[in-house]
Amino acid sequence: MSAMTSVQRLTLAKGLNQGLRKAMEDDPKVVLMGEDVGKLGGVFRITEGLQKDFGEDRVIDTPLAESGIVGTAVGLALRGYRPVVEIQFDGFIYPAFDQIVSQVAKLHARSLGHLKLPMVIRVPFGGGIGAVEHHSESNEAYFAHTAGLRVVAVSDPADAYWMIQQAIRSDDPVMFYEPKRRYHERAEVELDEAAEAPLPLHRARVTREGTDVTLLAYGPTVKTCLQAAEAAAAEGKSLEVVDLRSLSPLDLDTITTSVKKTGRAVTVHEAATFLGMGAELAALVQRECFHHLEAPVLRVGGYNIPYPPSRFEEEFLPGLDRVLDAVDESLAY
Amino acid sequence: MGLSSDDGVMQSTARQVGVEHLLPSPEPVRLLDEHGTQVLPSSARRDYVMPTPERLRAVWRAMVIGRRLDAQSTALTKQGRLAVYPSARGQEACQVAPVLSLGPGDWLFPTYRESMALFTRGIDEVEVLSLLRGDRHCGYDPMRHRTAAQCTPLATQLPHAAGAAYGMKRRGEDGVALAFVGDGGTSEGDFHEGLNFAAVFGAPVVFFVQNNNYAISVPLSKQTKAPSLAYKGIGYGISSEQVDGNDAAAVLSVMDVALAHCRSGNGPFLIEAHTYRMEAHTNADDATRYRTGEEVSTWISRDPVTRLEAWLRERGVIDDETVAAVQAEAEEQAASLRDRMHDDATLRPMSLFDNVFATPTPQVRAAEAMVRAESEAGEQA
Repeated sequence: MSAMTSVQRLTLAKGLNQGLRKAMEDDPKVVLMGEDVGKLGGVFRITEGLQKDFGEDRVIDTPLAESGIVGTAVGLALRGYRPVVEIQFDGFIYPAFDQIVSQVAKLHARSLGHLKLPMVIRVPFGGGIGAVEHHSESNEAYFAHTAGLRVVAVSDPADAYWMIQQAIRSDDPVMFYEPKRRYHERAEVELDEAAEAPLPLHRARVTREGTDVTLLAYGPTVKTCLQAAEAAAAEGKSLEVVDLRSLSPLDLDTITTSVKKTGRAVTVHEAATFLGMGAELAALVQRECFHHLEAPVLRVGGYNIPYPPSRFEEEFLPGLDRVLDAVDESLAY
Repeated sequence: MGLSSDDGVMQSTARQVGVEHLLPSPEPVRLLDEHGTQVLPSSARRDYVMPTPERLRAVWRAMVIGRRLDAQSTALTKQGRLAVYPSARGQEACQVAPVLSLGPGDWLFPTYRESMALFTRGIDEVEVLSLLRGDRHCGYDPMRHRTAAQCTPLATQLPHAAGAAYGMKRRGEDGVALAFVGDGGTSEGDFHEGLNFAAVFGAPVVFFVQNNNYAISVPLSKQTKAPSLAYKGIGYGISSEQVDGNDAAAVLSVMDVALAHCRSGNGPFLIEAHTYRMEAHTNADDATRYRTGEEVSTWISRDPVTRLEAWLRERGVIDDETVAAVQAEAEEQAASLRDRMHDDATLRPMSLFDNVFATPTPQVRAAEAMVRAESEAGEQA
């Protein structure tokens, strides 16, 4: 097969779908479970066609109960399975919070390493799709705050394809955040590992190089930052965009290398800024890059209010203008 | 107006199904009365057979030893050797008989009150108690003993049991998961979700509710309005039973039926065992604030150990000599436990970083390095 045929143009959703398919082909112990993931293919169609091809035992339509889904996945993991759980929407994860924080995150440590929890919890997250309440939340910081969980967020189709497979292969539990408003973004994806080795799961990526300000983003705001960088370039400002990809652990080397180069950093996420990922990033950057900083680290994010009704989304979500304002503030310090 | 069945407008999803096969017996199943006299479980809905004397003797022996180790553990709290101990005295039949009824491929999902059950499971006592001493969160290897780590957030272990049992079923194994929970735990959401998932998956789980009448201080009457906790199974389509939890013969017999039910591919089974917590919730609790001495004393006459002992004596299975020998054995084990618990384990702070992840992250490594540097600096100072 020529290298040409291994490149496909995929949406982020299809990247996930193909990645899941590949993981299921590679390992018969991989099982998908969640609400509507079977016959329907999930409300976002991420698991489309998988039940048909792998059977009801591999793609399990579960009862509607998040704690039960995660809790039974723990039991399956004890018996040698690698469950991939879908939480239908970000705002529905809270009934499973106890299972995730008290059990999934801690069992490996509690059992002195005797128990392994190789499970992935997929969470479509973030706003921007005009949904009703509880369908647009960004709750990644709760889980990144919890020791024992790995937390990642994808931003493009290629990462979707590779990172889901890497997460499934991890012997640690992985919270896998998917930016639902980017599900339909398309890009070329190299499906052949030999042609182009995928970046390891917990490495950040410099998505766009620049010299003036570093934008630190993940998930849905990576695209926002790339757009901001494009707009800034027209005004002669050179922005570097770092896609964190992994929120826990953080790839501090890539982050600090970039900030030391530019001397300025702005964090951008949809979650509220108060005690959000940006707070941790700001603390780490000022500690590691103190003598390189030309300006305080600035945070752009959701306001510290409940996620608003959808007609207010545009005001609430950190868009291009708010990112560029922060860049200007940093440059004018 | 009203809709008749031939309207074609609305079809009811309600089905006429028999529920008799799911129902618990109207009275708790009992094979031995309070004096240890064998009785016929005449009101029972299923056939319960008196277990063999050999099995009952083994249960009695484990109860005698379990009770002694339980008392020793409470004493160890007073000596500062355990941070806390939740006693199960009075619940020996529930702690011992279900565990001894398990086969080699079965799994156990315990809560924090199951020390006696874990001793009976053959797990080293010091390993069991390391949770309560504060050395480790779980001192034993769950895979080796097919026994999950004890769960403290109540009922969280029930979905785990459902998943593990479903896993065993998928793998074509013969194993059953035995999941303990208390009366208070039946109010938790995970009780509902665990039972529902097990039923839907047809998972071979025996849910064993030790109804000891109190969730710390809150009595059963404030926990539920169900006619009995065993009736909670019906709504999930789970066959259920209630048993005199202080009658070890009945508990063993009901467990046999439950395990056979599960092994035959009939899905889960729910057992409510009526028992009583003779001690306070833990050594740190004061039970006189919420229950009377009279109430406690009524349960003394229902003691599970003396009841079975009376039957075994009457049947000539044991005699004074056997009783003395088992008591001596129990004393010996208690003395060994005492000695070993007085022997302080060497705690290694650096071990805290070992198992946060299967593959350590850079952040864990950094924290570990920081602590190591601090401790080395401390040693040099």
